[in-house]
Amino acid sequence: MERTSVIRADKINKIFTDPVDYHVLKDISFDVKRGEFVSIMGKSGCGKSTLLYILSTMDTDYSGQLFLNDQLITGNDNVQLAHLRNQSIGFVFQFHYLLPEFSVLENVMLPAKKLSAKSSQEIEHDAIETLRMLNIDHIAKNKCYRISGGEKQRVAIARALINKPSIIMGDEPTGNLDSKNAHNVLDIFKELASEKGLTLLVVTHDKDFADRTDRIITMGDGKILDEGF
Amino acid sequence: MNYSILLYIARTHIFTRAKQSAIAGLGVTFGIATFIILVSFMTGLNGLLDGLILDRTPHIHLFNEIVPSERQPIDLSTDEDNWNIIRSVKPKQKQSRIHNALPILKILEQDETVLGATAQVATQAFYTAGSINLNGMVSGVNILEESRLFNIGNYIIEGNIYDLHNNDNAIIVGAGVSKKMSLELGDKIQLVSPKGNRVILKVVGIYQSGLAEIDNIQSYVNLKTAQRIMGEGNNYITDINLKLHDINKAFAMSKDLERMYNITAIDIGTANAQFDTGTAIRNIITYAVSITLLIVAGFGIYNILNMFIYEKMNDIAILKATGFSGNDVMFIFVSQALIIGLIGGGLGLLVGYLLSVLIDNLPFVTDALPTIKTYPVNFSPTYYIIGIVFAMVSTFLAGFLPAKKAKNIDPVEILRGQ
Repeated sequence: MERTSVIRADKINKIFTDPVDYHVLKDISFDVKRGEFVSIMGKSGCGKSTLLYILSTMDTDYSGQLFLNDQLITGNDNVQLAHLRNQSIGFVFQFHYLLPEFSVLENVMLPAKKLSAKSSQEIEHDAIETLRMLNIDHIAKNKCYRISGGEKQRVAIARALINKPSIIMGDEPTGNLDSKNAHNVLDIFKELASEKGLTLLVVTHDKDFADRTDRIITMGDGKILDEGF
Repeated sequence: MNYSILLYIARTHIFTRAKQSAIAGLGVTFGIATFIILVSFMTGLNGLLDGLILDRTPHIHLFNEIVPSERQPIDLSTDEDNWNIIRSVKPKQKQSRIHNALPILKILEQDETVLGATAQVATQAFYTAGSINLNGMVSGVNILEESRLFNIGNYIIEGNIYDLHNNDNAIIVGAGVSKKMSLELGDKIQLVSPKGNRVILKVVGIYQSGLAEIDNIQSYVNLKTAQRIMGEGNNYITDINLKLHDINKAFAMSKDLERMYNITAIDIGTANAQFDTGTAIRNIITYAVSITLLIVAGFGIYNILNMFIYEKMNDIAILKATGFSGNDVMFIFVSQALIIGLIGGGLGLLVGYLLSVLIDNLPFVTDALPTIKTYPVNFSPTYYIIGIVFAMVSTFLAGFLPAKKAKNIDPVEILRGQ
């Protein structure tokens, strides 16, 4: 059965002009299908993070075309893109980037409140359910600077999940964790992919992590060397 | 668009940085409170001074001025091509009374723009005590009308106006006169007119305008009494004072009256030009000081928000990554500034009001103003509205620039940078 495409890149090129012209992405084309758990690997500087930020819609300075759920999103204005990110894309970064003034629960609820597709009771219920699924519902009321690094990353994952996005993107999501917590995060991702049918796209240079994903896209010198089929 | 979440974030930012926010807010409070105090006090003072002048000064003063004639007789008998040079021109001999004063008075009283008109007989006189003659000015007035239109009653510090009204042999003397001649209520005083008529009058009141020059010579009697002292009939009137419904018509009307009745008419604006200038300058000073203070407060807010935004780079980046647009982020920071402005400004109004009440109750006793017991303060709500608008505008401007910077932060740079 042919699965639908969640995110598709078509001949994406990006050139850095500062400090010198540097062609960082060359004709990148690939496709991530619904329910896939894909990792992007490659050496430092091969452009994998740059690619991820283009896919994330935060970086709009590129040529080529980008499709999210088969909709062309290249050329959308910032407000539309912000709304797309809010609705359809969840992020997990190397650092958790939680807002320190807010409690764990509030951090998780923020994107949903921004989307405001549901009432705040429903949002709170969803947030607590998500935290429970990640086994961190007991710290929901804590302020974010009072919890451990592993917990922070799980809160960040909960935040990425709250709006039931089409795709979760990760930029080295385990890069700042010890091996036990890294293992935990990977398990969570695997579970999300296999049980919830979520689509995940993770940039990593952790070989063990990548080996446990469905597909590894290997990059080098701004090109895709192997699509991993 | 869901603004409540943005306001919620702004509020959380403010309250987690209560100290910094309080300092920024106190700047606004200080500026607004100072503005309110200054403007209330200054306009109160302006009102008092203007009131003093406006209360007791006629809007138009009609009298006969002794001046040389504009057109000398020889001008009438020669062609316009010729030049007549006349040296040593003397004023024309004429009476100091207003010609046809009673009909004029009647016409003016029926005029709809005129609130009231009073007739006066002003003459010089000597107050005599034994062999001492004190120079003086006696005004014959209708005291009840003078009180109604020009508040003379406020300056009678002893006795009252009805005693004068009911007694043709009564006089209200200036405070200086009464002091020099050791007069008290009920005492008798002898007046000598320029023509040599002597009358003995009973002191029924003491008048204090606050200007020593006036208080040392001025006294008031009834119109009839003055006419009697002058040995003139009841059509002898030297001055007519007008009060209009609209003071702004005084100038034009004075010109009309001059032309119609061939007399001198001075309007209040011409007579008291310096007071307008004083008022304008005090207003300028008030606004200049207040705006300066608010600009300083604005810089405080600008600084604190700017630093705050540098500290919050990561938060801004993640907000943008999770779907908050640049405008949302800007809204957060601008509303943060406005909340500080609103709370600081509101407190400023309160502090300003309380201090104004305090000033309003401070005793302020001066001989010049016998009716004033405390400092004058103007509690006009207009200034409170201006104050809060000032606060909001200055904090908006102070918040706008840093917020614009936050709007333009590129999240990719921040998120990749670490």
